[in-house]
Amino acid sequence: MSLNLRAVSLRHANAVEALRAIDLQIDSGEQVAIIGPSGAGKSSLLNLLATALTPSSGELQVLGAHPWQLANRQRQRLRTRIGLIHQAPPLPPRQRVVTAVLAGKLGQWGLAKSLLNWLHPLDIPGARRELARLDLADKLFAQCQQLSGGQLQRVGIARVLYQAPELLLADEPVSAMDPVLADHTLAVLCQHAQAQRITLVASLHAVELALAHFPRIIGLRDGQVLFDRRAQDVDQAQLDALYANEHLHAPATSAVSLSVQTARC
Amino acid sequence: MLSRVTRDPAALPRLLLTLLVLALLWPGLEHSELDVGVLLNADNQRDMGRFLAAFWPLAHSTDFLVLLFEATVQTLAIATAGMALALLAIPASLLASRALSLSAASRAGRPKPLANLLRWPVRGLLIVLRSVPEIVWALLFVRAVGLGPTAGVLAIAITYSGMLGKVYAEIYESVDQRPAHALMQAGSGRLAAFVYGILPNAAAELTSYTVYRWECAIRASVVMGFVGAGGLGQQIDLSMRMFAGNEVASMLLTFLILVLLADQLSRLLRGRLA
Repeated sequence: MSLNLRAVSLRHANAVEALRAIDLQIDSGEQVAIIGPSGAGKSSLLNLLATALTPSSGELQVLGAHPWQLANRQRQRLRTRIGLIHQAPPLPPRQRVVTAVLAGKLGQWGLAKSLLNWLHPLDIPGARRELARLDLADKLFAQCQQLSGGQLQRVGIARVLYQAPELLLADEPVSAMDPVLADHTLAVLCQHAQAQRITLVASLHAVELALAHFPRIIGLRDGQVLFDRRAQDVDQAQLDALYANEHLHAPATSAVSLSVQTARC
Repeated sequence: MLSRVTRDPAALPRLLLTLLVLALLWPGLEHSELDVGVLLNADNQRDMGRFLAAFWPLAHSTDFLVLLFEATVQTLAIATAGMALALLAIPASLLASRALSLSAASRAGRPKPLANLLRWPVRGLLIVLRSVPEIVWALLFVRAVGLGPTAGVLAIAITYSGMLGKVYAEIYESVDQRPAHALMQAGSGRLAAFVYGILPNAAAELTSYTVYRWECAIRASVVMGFVGAGGLGQQIDLSMRMFAGNEVASMLLTFLILVLLADQLSRLLRGRLA
């Protein structure tokens, strides 16, 4: 079992209840997409799984361990086996892409190697290989501030691929990419997860991408699991219920539909 | 109706805050016994005029210029050595800063109360170091190690390590914390997260502040020269006692050039790092 949540709730500091009594099991090697309207708690859930947030109540088990019962050092060791792709990758603007990618292994390297790598990149071929999978090898020595939003997202993905975690979490990993690139990038992530037999959990707001790439879909709304089923069993009625917004008028609801076409490569 | 549309909820608090600041500043003016009228007094104006008149022409005899050069080099050496020793504050700044808190990374930027408590002894040490003015340290060290530049270097090192430690710690906290937090959430150690996540964003600010402090150290070393800690200050003190206004003027000009150079250096380094 890769992930096991029992009645997990999360309350933010401003008393907003982001997640309510979530029960969820994900086996190792599974590929799962989380969909849901804005503010449903997708990011909160992924940050919780990445041990970036502490649950307010309930039991959270990640890779067979209870992260919040571990000592700091052990939790840091557990975290080296978890990789989180951020929607807006937090990379210093002046950092070079090669350094940003190689930083994925900081948890596995000792301090001496980390500092040495900071002065001179130690594994340039490794960084180039991960970037090449995402068609970004030509930006190896560019500064992060010179990249567009979509390129920056791919740098963030390359970093996590270089980290080679056992649990790969992705928070809207392709939100700033064009449809072709988004499709290609998700395919790379899924292939990587399949080849390495690791668990992949991604949140997406493009429903058709989720249905096309992931065998299991979890619908999240108001911090609760609305449905959790195989991709081929998800129907339009469930999606309408998931994205229903009583505050907006008609055009907004029709924006989400299965008929949206993605260009295939 | 119109008033509800254009109403800014921040307007009243801002007005009250302005009034509060004025109410607090007024007694301060009273207590400092500021009286600009003294400057307009005829006797005082004549005395100042005489002193300023002696400034021109600038002293430029070879002997004096050699002396001036040596004193300038000594001042720069005191300031630089003092700053170099003060950089020992870097470990203290890392300990004092919340930016390297592991608990803050998973608590929306706020460290655990207990961990925060442990930062206080370091903060306290930095406060002690900088709360005593460098001139007082200099007087103390002049007694301990005798007249000369050593006292100045030690005084600058102590006071400035307090200032650098505090401000460095705050600069680390003021830059974007997410890169470092993301690294710590991927299992990285704190120091590595600092180097990869905080330093790239803070480098320009740190450099600029360090060069500015170096400029301040030059000034401070001059002031400390007055109490016998060597350098330009000691020479200015001697020249003033001998009413050699032209020598004082030459030294002030040198001083201006030093500050100008420090300013240019800071600009250059910032430009490279920004």
